[in-house]
Amino acid sequence: MPKISSLADLRQLRDQAQRDIKTRLDTGTTITVGMGTCGIAAGARETMRAILDELTKREIDAHVTTVGCIGMCVKEPLVDIEQAGQARVTYGNITADKVPELIEQHLVQGKIVNQWVVGRLDK
Amino acid sequence: MRELSLHILDILQNSLEAGAQHLVLEINESSGANRLIIRVQDDGRGMDRQTLERVTDPFFTTRKTRQVGLGITLLKAAAERCNGALEIASKPGSGTTVTAAFQLDHIDRAPLGDIKSTILSVILANQQADLHYVHQVNGRRFEMDTAEIRSELGGVPLTEPRVRRWLEDYLQQGYNALYAVEDDKEPLTGD
Repeated sequence: MPKISSLADLRQLRDQAQRDIKTRLDTGTTITVGMGTCGIAAGARETMRAILDELTKREIDAHVTTVGCIGMCVKEPLVDIEQAGQARVTYGNITADKVPELIEQHLVQGKIVNQWVVGRLDK
Repeated sequence: MRELSLHILDILQNSLEAGAQHLVLEINESSGANRLIIRVQDDGRGMDRQTLERVTDPFFTTRKTRQVGLGITLLKAAAERCNGALEIASKPGSGTTVTAAFQLDHIDRAPLGDIKSTILSVILANQQADLHYVHQVNGRRFEMDTAEIRSELGGVPLTEPRVRRWLEDYLQQGYNALYAVEDDKEPLTGD
């Protein structure tokens, strides 16, 4: 079973996180993955996994969250990226293999990957 | 679906969409009884009898965004082709319990698969609900309750990147203990 020390780790990182949580929520990035039956069947869980791995690898801080079906099942897996002060962009058919390029283009270089965009909400 | 953990994710998502605040996921794998039992219990809005009767009909759904509802249908089919069954108990206002039973060593039984990612997907869901996860494999037991973790965190969200990595680590340790795997080795159960 998990070691008891991991609870101490949790408390320690809580204290660190509480200090800079305000800035993070105001300036941060939120990535949302569609996780209805349609998304799951199209590989959304693996897409989420790939996003988490890519963020860790590149040391990018971003909130990752999931949402149910929004009715665009044919475009699943759907990934929505929202950055403070910028347009909210929804990408379609983002299978796990497309994730590294998506993160590189959108989050690192700040360029929207137009060929994968299915929706956009300007600020 | 290729893995039972994908079905589990789907059923847990149903609970979230039913407005549940507290989800309980129990998985019990027993070689002795040759059974795999998956149970999801929620305190969501529940279903009346009429809805309950139609819930395994693939052309029934309560959502407006599409006309089919395949989640429960697919899980039922998966259980039934493995000498198992699906049971749903529900009452309006008092939540729903879905229980799927499988013959553990049935040739058609899909592997449980990446249960850690399933749990993580639910924890990261934007409808805030607590998940109590209890997993037993031949008497070994791993338990995780996000309500407890949340109370330790004092306002820091579970989606906070460092917290998320801690959760991943914690789940990995639990998984290793359940399947008695050495660090960095794959389990030998075929999953």
